[in-house]
Amino acid sequence: MAKASKKNTIKLKFDSARKLAPAPESKAGAKIDPQYDLFINGKFEKPTSKKYFASINPATEEKLSMIAEANQADVNKAVKAARGAYDKNWKKMPPAERAKYIYRIARMVQERAREFAIIETLDGGKPIRESRDFDVPTAANHFFYYAGWADKLEYAFPNRTTSPLGVAGQIIPWNFPLLMAAWKIAPALACGNTVVLKPAENTSLTALKLAEIIQEADLPPGVVNIITGAGSTGAAIVNHPDVNKIAFTGSTDVGKIIQRAIAGTDKKATLELGGKAANIIFDDAPLDQAVEGVINGIFFNQGHVCCAGSRLYVQESVFKEVVRKLKDRLETLIVGDPMDKNTDIGAINSREQLNIINNYIKIGQKEGAEMYQSSADLPKKGFYCRPTIFTNVAQSNRIAQEEIFGPVLAIQSFRTDDEVIEKANNTPYGLSAGVWTDKGSKIFNLTTKLRAGVIWANTFNKFDPTSPFGGYKESGYGREGGLHGLNTYVNVV
Amino acid sequence: MATTTGNRLEVLKTYKIYIGGQFPRTESGRYYIATNSKKEKLANVCLSSRKDFRDAVGKARGAFGGWSGRAAFNRGQILYRIAEMLEGRKAQFVDELMKQDSTKAQAEKEVSLCIDRLIYYSGWCDKFQQLFSSVNPVASSHFNFSNPEPMGVIATIAPQGDSLLGLVSVIAPIIAGGNTCVALASNTKPLCAVTFAEVLNSSDLPGGVVNILTGKVAELAPFFADHMDVNATVYCESDATTQKMIKEKSALNVKRVVLYDKVKWNDAGGQSPYFIMDLQEIKTTWHPIENIGGAKAGY
Repeated sequence: MAKASKKNTIKLKFDSARKLAPAPESKAGAKIDPQYDLFINGKFEKPTSKKYFASINPATEEKLSMIAEANQADVNKAVKAARGAYDKNWKKMPPAERAKYIYRIARMVQERAREFAIIETLDGGKPIRESRDFDVPTAANHFFYYAGWADKLEYAFPNRTTSPLGVAGQIIPWNFPLLMAAWKIAPALACGNTVVLKPAENTSLTALKLAEIIQEADLPPGVVNIITGAGSTGAAIVNHPDVNKIAFTGSTDVGKIIQRAIAGTDKKATLELGGKAANIIFDDAPLDQAVEGVINGIFFNQGHVCCAGSRLYVQESVFKEVVRKLKDRLETLIVGDPMDKNTDIGAINSREQLNIINNYIKIGQKEGAEMYQSSADLPKKGFYCRPTIFTNVAQSNRIAQEEIFGPVLAIQSFRTDDEVIEKANNTPYGLSAGVWTDKGSKIFNLTTKLRAGVIWANTFNKFDPTSPFGGYKESGYGREGGLHGLNTYVNVV
Repeated sequence: MATTTGNRLEVLKTYKIYIGGQFPRTESGRYYIATNSKKEKLANVCLSSRKDFRDAVGKARGAFGGWSGRAAFNRGQILYRIAEMLEGRKAQFVDELMKQDSTKAQAEKEVSLCIDRLIYYSGWCDKFQQLFSSVNPVASSHFNFSNPEPMGVIATIAPQGDSLLGLVSVIAPIIAGGNTCVALASNTKPLCAVTFAEVLNSSDLPGGVVNILTGKVAELAPFFADHMDVNATVYCESDATTQKMIKEKSALNVKRVVLYDKVKWNDAGGQSPYFIMDLQEIKTTWHPIENIGGAKAGY
């Protein structure tokens, strides 16, 4: 057991007798082809570049498949297909018919849910429990929710009418590959746009599986095009003159590049960028519940979450108690094989990301913060990181200011409401925040004064298709989800 | 410039800028001469500097907490008060507009429209939130709602074509929604902007909520776009180079950019709650609903 917890009088013993037998999910339910081509105009096509890159399983470092790399010519083809489908077909289609296509997609994702969950976990390293119970069902629900909006748009904008924008270029990250694809495609289609979507190069597989479903659902060719590749493919989409809208989820740095790139154009944009959410525990909070919320807030999906609660503020009078409870809870987290149904923390998405996280852990120690890591054994192969918390953190420390995108929590203390509001808002980001207290009026004081797009009170990291999501300040603009998610895919006239 | 009426010497007005509820001269000490179309001199006007803009942003940021924290109803009353004050000083504005080349009929129409527009937005202060909010029926056991909140400090380059209407039309929805702002007046027709600041100053509007500068668009626009403590930039002209520059520089802190180059401020399309919503964020709040042991109490 780790040293720090030996000081505690009440010591939980997790180092004995609590070995769970392995409970691996079977890989048999998922078919991964050795090679994937680009999905353009309703067909899978070989890339003009003739190049393919490997997609690996970050839990084992084994190769899963070869993925096509789309170049400028491929992007041109995809945009042309999307434009053609928009002009000839999709914008003219009665909205109720459009809706039925999107409903079909939702149903087919539900039917193949387990297969999607397995592939998501193999490709991205997230625990099967999360991909099975969260990513895939929420993705399906997102299609189902937005399908129903297609023929009801005139009710969404009082005293106005709407028209679609045209071709939407959508670029999504590697942390929730299928779910982000759903967040992007579903509202775009419902509002009458056609789509060129690029998944992140590390996690292309579920988007390509979704392409199979789109084909199977018999969507008119070109309405959805899914092309794979890295940053240069994304840049080609952003800069393509015949794209009317860019929807991007990813880092704030790349978001800013996109904002500059489209400056001289009429392209609209939705940017869902980074975050450094404050999670705030008051002394009157139900502490055990709060600790669970903090754990979920920072360790959900290995901390690869833009809205992760990566800064914890604990009121001084309960600081010691909360930190002790957190350390104890850390010891119970099962780190390891993402395919095991008992796993809490799976593999870090890539070697590159693991290096970034490890570097921040070094920086945190160098800056004088005190580190505590769980004593979990890590698998020999694959990319893993122990859940890590830092105390004795200063507001100016880089681990308290910069997005780490990993299982690393920076903890600080506070005394008064005003102090913690100021500290929480002292960041260029503004995506999310959390508040834990039993006092209702305090909750509303905090939820109204925290400058962030999503505020969780006595809960954290909850998502729903009906619930708008998106940031203030440098966390981006535009909302995804709910009624407010329609706004970014229509012209309101 | 007017000189004498009868045998009394007229007191000329000094046109100053409006920052933090006060009327300083530009810190730069610079000025330019505002003229009418016949090139007759109307006044010496402050040629505001980057430092003036920074000062104004500081004041606007300082005023944001108080202004956004006020009851929406109270904001509505203050906007109404601005309209009242403007109505009372109508003659002065008509006079200034006529100096700046309007006919009497045009001038009267413009001032009346401004007063009515302020009344219109006064009414929206405590209504648009209901229209654009939602309670979201999430599938889990949570109460979840989304509502608009002001973005913060808005840097606004007012429409340059008219002296008063454009300025009022962009400022009113900004402050109705609880934002604070720094506005750059029309360069060629700056007189009414300064006089409007005097109206604001006597309307219970807290200092710093609206700050008005006079000067050159080309000089100041880059700062309106790249200041790190500004949340959004509004630009109302159709100059493509400036539009691009504003969008590019705004990326520095992911500022929102709102372009109003196609709006006709003098008709009904020049006002709507959507102008308020252009400068609002949507905040979503979640809270669990307790459901212990399948309790069946209720109806």
